[in-house]
Amino acid sequence: MKQEILTITENRQLTPSTWLMRMAGDVSAIKAPGQFINIRLDGHFLRRPISVCDVSSDEVTIIYKVLGHGTEEMTHFSPGAKLDVLTGLGNGYDLDDAGERPLLIGGGVGIPPLYLATRCLAKADTTVILGFNSEDEIYYVDEFEKLGARVIVATADGSRGVRGFVTDAFRELVNKGEIFTHFYTCGPEPMLKAVYERVYEKAGISGQMSFEERMGCGFGACMGCSTKTKNGNKRICKEGPVLRTEEIIW
Amino acid sequence: MVDTRVDLCGITIDNPVIPASGTFGYGHEFAELYDINCLGTFSFKGTTLDPRFGNETPRIAECPSGMLNAVGLQNPGVDDVIREELPKLERVFHKPVMANVSGFSTDEYAEVVKRLDRSSMSDMIGWYEINISCPNVHGGGMSFGTDPKMAAEVVKAVRWITDKPVIMKLSPNVTDITEIAKACEAEGADGISLINTLMGMRFDLRTRKPLLANVTGGLSGPAVFPVALRMVYQTAKAVKIPVIGMGGISSAEDVLEMMMAGAVAVEVGAANLVDPYASRNIVRDLPEAMKKYGISSF
Repeated sequence: MKQEILTITENRQLTPSTWLMRMAGDVSAIKAPGQFINIRLDGHFLRRPISVCDVSSDEVTIIYKVLGHGTEEMTHFSPGAKLDVLTGLGNGYDLDDAGERPLLIGGGVGIPPLYLATRCLAKADTTVILGFNSEDEIYYVDEFEKLGARVIVATADGSRGVRGFVTDAFRELVNKGEIFTHFYTCGPEPMLKAVYERVYEKAGISGQMSFEERMGCGFGACMGCSTKTKNGNKRICKEGPVLRTEEIIW
Repeated sequence: MVDTRVDLCGITIDNPVIPASGTFGYGHEFAELYDINCLGTFSFKGTTLDPRFGNETPRIAECPSGMLNAVGLQNPGVDDVIREELPKLERVFHKPVMANVSGFSTDEYAEVVKRLDRSSMSDMIGWYEINISCPNVHGGGMSFGTDPKMAAEVVKAVRWITDKPVIMKLSPNVTDITEIAKACEAEGADGISLINTLMGMRFDLRTRKPLLANVTGGLSGPAVFPVALRMVYQTAKAVKIPVIGMGGISSAEDVLEMMMAGAVAVEVGAANLVDPYASRNIVRDLPEAMKKYGISSF
């Protein structure tokens, strides 16, 4: 972890409730996809933890959903503004386990960390399933496609792609006889649970799942985000947010 | 030149800045960031006899100028602390540490102090801080700190076990905190620390339910600073033993204000969670702030 002052270089709206922000500065503490940063906002006591969508040698990209006062204020920030950010938090995904045919499953605001994972898996035969509620919430599909991955979109209302949830899109692939070596996922908890049951328990594919929890500090000091696992208590912010299917207790 | 040293129950510490229990773990997360030997000392995570997971999540909620927590004393238990945490800490921290002890019965407080005091790691411990004020557990914690008789019983149960100073950490969720402080002093407590968090709650407008799984939680952060100052001021006047002031301190100026209220040292809590360097920065800024206000020593 590093505490850095980052300078906003871009802040633009992607969908009615989703924004992209790019920040420049020392981002060397970010080592793996699935890690997050924690942003201090004037007038708010606690920082806002947001997962890393992409990182380069001197820039980090996040995609954030407007959920409350803090994230709403973030939409007003202009390029040039400076932010106090804790960078390189959490464990992130371990891509060494990906194998030849990894599957990435993202839902809604959980999609961003899978972008960096997909980019890092460029050499593999990667399939990405992205789930949204409806067409007007869709973002970043083109960017995933530009990485060379096969991208399958599912919408709950059927306005684009597969009608239904990410698990419905997964079932179609399995019915076609497709085989996957490992999976990576991030999304709302009901989606994670469905993915766990369908992809891990039923189809027998091991994977890594990124969890969300209300955090105090984001770096392991306050024990605010603890969860029980088969390997003992873990802090979502420190030993997480990524847990392996084998250790998860629902 | 200013002298930042203070005497805390017979032990001289380099400065009065002490990260508060529950915001500093057992020191490791912060030792990775800076040399924690710059601190006066720190109070480690509230330790109970048995390992505790604590409350269900969400355990954290934000408030104007502060936060609510309902962690519920998650800790690995005293035996694990002696076996794992303290040997690890010994490698990076070379000052006496404050051992924060929690319990659900007077016997438990006594047993935890006994195990720490009789352990091979005992030399590391400078003070015991007995937490009789946790608002987030049921059947223990704060119930001992809201009644003068029960508070006195806890002091009585632990006082004879150790030669080290025993500091009682008090709850602000009482009608008259000086009564509790005086009861502790009468039974031989060596010091008082206050305030633990103030009980509060918040609702989620979307779900119409409390934000915290525990329903209520403890309020900390700058929002509680004036309340803490007032209670430290009252308590320091009511007892002769040293008082450690805490509650919302986030700058060197706040430290000075707390010392003016009668504290001999201060604990820094929620500030560590927002800025991991907060305690180090306060230690760094303190001499300059003392000079600015014409304070040469405490």
